[in-house]
Amino acid sequence: MKHFRVKKLEEKIFKGLMMAATLVIVVSLFMIIVAIVKRGLPAMSWDMVSKIPGGGFYIGKEGGLLNAIIGSLYIVIGSITLGLAFSLPIVLYINLYLPEKSKLAQFTRLSFDVLFGIPSIVYGAFGFTLMVYLGLRSSLLAGILTVTMLIIPILIRSIDEVMRRVPKEMKDAALSLGATRSEIIKVILRQVAPGIVTAILLSVGRGIGDAASVLFTAGYTDSIPTSLGQPVATLPLATFFQLSSPIAEVQERAYAAALILTGIVLILSITARYYSRKFSKNKI
Amino acid sequence: MIQNLLRVEKFFDSPIEQFQVKKEPWNLVDIDQIFKTHKPHISVRNLNVFLSKNHILKDVSLDIPDKAITCIIGPSGCGKTTLLKTFNRLLQNSIDVKIEGDVLVDGENIHGKDVEVENIRKKMGLLSQRPCPLPMSIFDNVAYGPRIHGIRRKKTLKIMVEKYLVEAGLWEEVKDRLKSPASSLSIGQQQRLCLARGLAVKPEIILGDEATSALDPISSKKIEELFVKLKHQYSIVLVTHTLRQAKRIADYVVFMYLGEVIEAGPASEIFSNPKEKLTREYLEGYFS
Repeated sequence: MKHFRVKKLEEKIFKGLMMAATLVIVVSLFMIIVAIVKRGLPAMSWDMVSKIPGGGFYIGKEGGLLNAIIGSLYIVIGSITLGLAFSLPIVLYINLYLPEKSKLAQFTRLSFDVLFGIPSIVYGAFGFTLMVYLGLRSSLLAGILTVTMLIIPILIRSIDEVMRRVPKEMKDAALSLGATRSEIIKVILRQVAPGIVTAILLSVGRGIGDAASVLFTAGYTDSIPTSLGQPVATLPLATFFQLSSPIAEVQERAYAAALILTGIVLILSITARYYSRKFSKNKI
Repeated sequence: MIQNLLRVEKFFDSPIEQFQVKKEPWNLVDIDQIFKTHKPHISVRNLNVFLSKNHILKDVSLDIPDKAITCIIGPSGCGKTTLLKTFNRLLQNSIDVKIEGDVLVDGENIHGKDVEVENIRKKMGLLSQRPCPLPMSIFDNVAYGPRIHGIRRKKTLKIMVEKYLVEAGLWEEVKDRLKSPASSLSIGQQQRLCLARGLAVKPEIILGDEATSALDPISSKKIEELFVKLKHQYSIVLVTHTLRQAKRIADYVVFMYLGEVIEAGPASEIFSNPKEKLTREYLEGYFS
């Protein structure tokens, strides 16, 4: 048996290590935000979020980033809707309809694990190939499809994880009241609703901030698209293009774009968490 | 086999009808005293259940009396819960199950071809070991069953919810907070909520799978008292680990060991004068 004081010391060391690790993460997050705010805030103005780029915007003249803001929102809303339409049925199927330990379910989970790890530039390249094959130009539609492919594994894996944790007794309880399988789905969806919100949040974060997948597929434009067939600007690409400009003022605007992007994700997270808490009121 | 018998019978030249009656094996089972006053509600005949090649239930035949409390006792792993789950066909949701033999509820085979599984389950309320409320409010939990069976009118639902919460002895405690989540109740209250929820689909049978084992003594006593009160309207089948509980409330006792029914009979008889050596040993606490 170890001496009591050695044990205490051990505990202190590990507690210190844990605190240090937490501190590193929090501080780096804080530093990123400070850097963006510090460089982006001077370039921020009402024009930046309310106007589309005017002539000569990219050499430092007037205009704003409204095209990219709207574009990013279009893409992310479109792909979340499309992604949920695919991933919810898949998750429900492998959890409720396939028997436990089913080979197909295991294989599906493995496939999505692999897809999860594929870098977004590969999705971008794949989307581009598909686009060329189908004869599409870079457009809002192609962008939405590619980002959908990018986020479906995230949606499925995280919803699946919470759905597997639904107690079997809950299914049995609903079944023994004479519920059919489709009626059980409603009960289970209530239970996993907060999990679905988290899944959506994760994929919004990934989808809205990803530059590589929309680089070839969504294109870039100074106007706000009015149909699915038109190209669309996005905030990550706005950041990327302006950051590579030699003009200092334009570079500042890249930080403004990054600031807006961060702000959107932050606002979405907070609202989603608020509603998620409302949803989880009845969670068992 | 029956055809062979018939052939033999022809040889002896005696009436065929006799054998046609006898081919139904349940006429061969001894009729216990209790079934003179309580007709069998569930009848199990030669039930064999295999779970991935393990023979869980071995040739089980028994009758569950109507409007009485039947306790299924026996050591862990003897197939009590499996038997209970075959009654409402929850077992078939597991993988790799093979069920042979008949389970008759009111004379109707529950594994029959044109039997709606939802109707079978509706006939039986299930109380599981740990109470499992649905993720909704107290009111919605009780109203869930009636709703899925087509009752939509708010007024009717309100009346039903109150009626069954009263019946489950929970109304006084929750009447002011029907809208709060079911998870806010204590575990004993949750179990009574589950009982009310089960009663609300108007079952004929209540199945309890060690329904009191997760509860504190006071809550479990409340549930026991409820069972005693409810047995005049429902047939109650309880799987229980606590012999003392069985002694307190059982009218009819089934003793199982390693997947077989060793002995079944009225509680007074089993507890005072068991016929089988195994039963006696179990009751005296040689194994558990």
